[in-house]
Amino acid sequence: MACVLVPTLLRSYTGGTAEVQARGGTLAEVFADLDRQFPGFAFRVVDEHGRVRRHMVVFVGGERRDDLGAPLGEVREVQIVGALSGG
Amino acid sequence: MTFTLLIATRKGAWFAKSADRKRWTLHGPHFLGHQVHHLLRDPRDGKTLLAAVRSGHLGPTLMRSANGGKTWQESKKPPAFAAGEARGRVVDHTFWLTPSNAQEPGVWYAGTTPHGLFRSEDAGVTWQAVSGYNDHPQQKTWAGDDKQGTPDGPKLHSILVDPRDGNHLWLAMSGGGVFESRDRGQTWTPCNKGVDMDFMPKLPEGEFYEFGHDPHCVVMHPAKPDRLWQQNHCGIYVIDRPEQVWRRVGRNMPKKIGDIGFPMVVHPRDPDACWVFPMDGGSVWPRVSIGGKPAVYGTRDCGASWQRFDKGLPSAQAWWTVKRQAMCSDGAAHVGLYLGNTGGEVWASRDEGRSFRCLFRHLPHIFSLSMAES
Repeated sequence: MACVLVPTLLRSYTGGTAEVQARGGTLAEVFADLDRQFPGFAFRVVDEHGRVRRHMVVFVGGERRDDLGAPLGEVREVQIVGALSGG
Repeated sequence: MTFTLLIATRKGAWFAKSADRKRWTLHGPHFLGHQVHHLLRDPRDGKTLLAAVRSGHLGPTLMRSANGGKTWQESKKPPAFAAGEARGRVVDHTFWLTPSNAQEPGVWYAGTTPHGLFRSEDAGVTWQAVSGYNDHPQQKTWAGDDKQGTPDGPKLHSILVDPRDGNHLWLAMSGGGVFESRDRGQTWTPCNKGVDMDFMPKLPEGEFYEFGHDPHCVVMHPAKPDRLWQQNHCGIYVIDRPEQVWRRVGRNMPKKIGDIGFPMVVHPRDPDACWVFPMDGGSVWPRVSIGGKPAVYGTRDCGASWQRFDKGLPSAQAWWTVKRQAMCSDGAAHVGLYLGNTGGEVWASRDEGRSFRCLFRHLPHIFSLSMAES
């Protein structure tokens, strides 16, 4: 079970909750579980080809991850943030 | 009668309501902070609303309301290209929404940036790609790749459904041109003869570019569906099908004004009448009102002559413009005209353009206006 830190951008999906739990051995599986719990959540962060959107960033244990298929390993904290992209 | 003006902006959506078109009240915001590119009410059921929404960070989605905007639900499957498709296209946002005709309740079309055509058969809950367009082997030739197009991305817009036949569709690409389908989107034929392309090398007399044009707005007249009006990057045109060649009726506009602009609104009953909002398409294309003096121009004789309408609009130093979806009309006996500008103002006329007044100021940059009457 991963602990997912949800940015304010996405809390309309989680009922305002900043931290949720999701199952999965990879980020792709975590996002699939998040989408099951909070329908529509994943597509706002991950595009139709399974890539993290341009202005979003996902960290696992404090390290940026772009490959959603890579195993999460022992680290169980996932943080989703809106990228600082100017303004 | 209640008039509801649906206002979609760069920072959310608002509703303006009036019983008499004199006193208006503003309601909202909805989706505060989100870019709302298009917002329409379904004229077939009078209550379903669809809003094309994205935010600066998050990906695009569609929101729908089954109760006139009291509550909203997100589309379960928003428009998206096929996962893993070879071109790797990603929907940046849905730009255009069109309900199908009265014979197809619940059917809607969506046009996206980059160019993509999608159809919903369940009133916007789920969306499917129209493969006959999205996967057409010539699509990239028609429209260029997804990095080309208008400054904020190529746009598929002006999706038109023939009120007599839901298989008969039109669409416009900025850029790419105007295309027609007779088989519900399975195959497409360009229809751009007669339309100028000042931005391309001139062809020998008698030759023409088949596609690659830049329509800004195409409108089918509701009472005469064989008549299409077009505000193009290179002029104002009309065609009466089955004619094959567009006529540049914008040549009859005053020379100092020209015939460049984005929005175009037709009279709800008179097929010879329409209104445009000319903008400065000279030098570096400032895309602002000409000389800082906003004005609507209208014709009642199918473009043979044009009349200026600027009473009540600012007479100087007003450098705004009106985007292609941000001008609309109502169906009243004396037709109302509505302009939403890039400066966040809504202007209205209750007398077919003869005089305007400002209804609202201080809204965000307006992307679209549409009228819902009940």
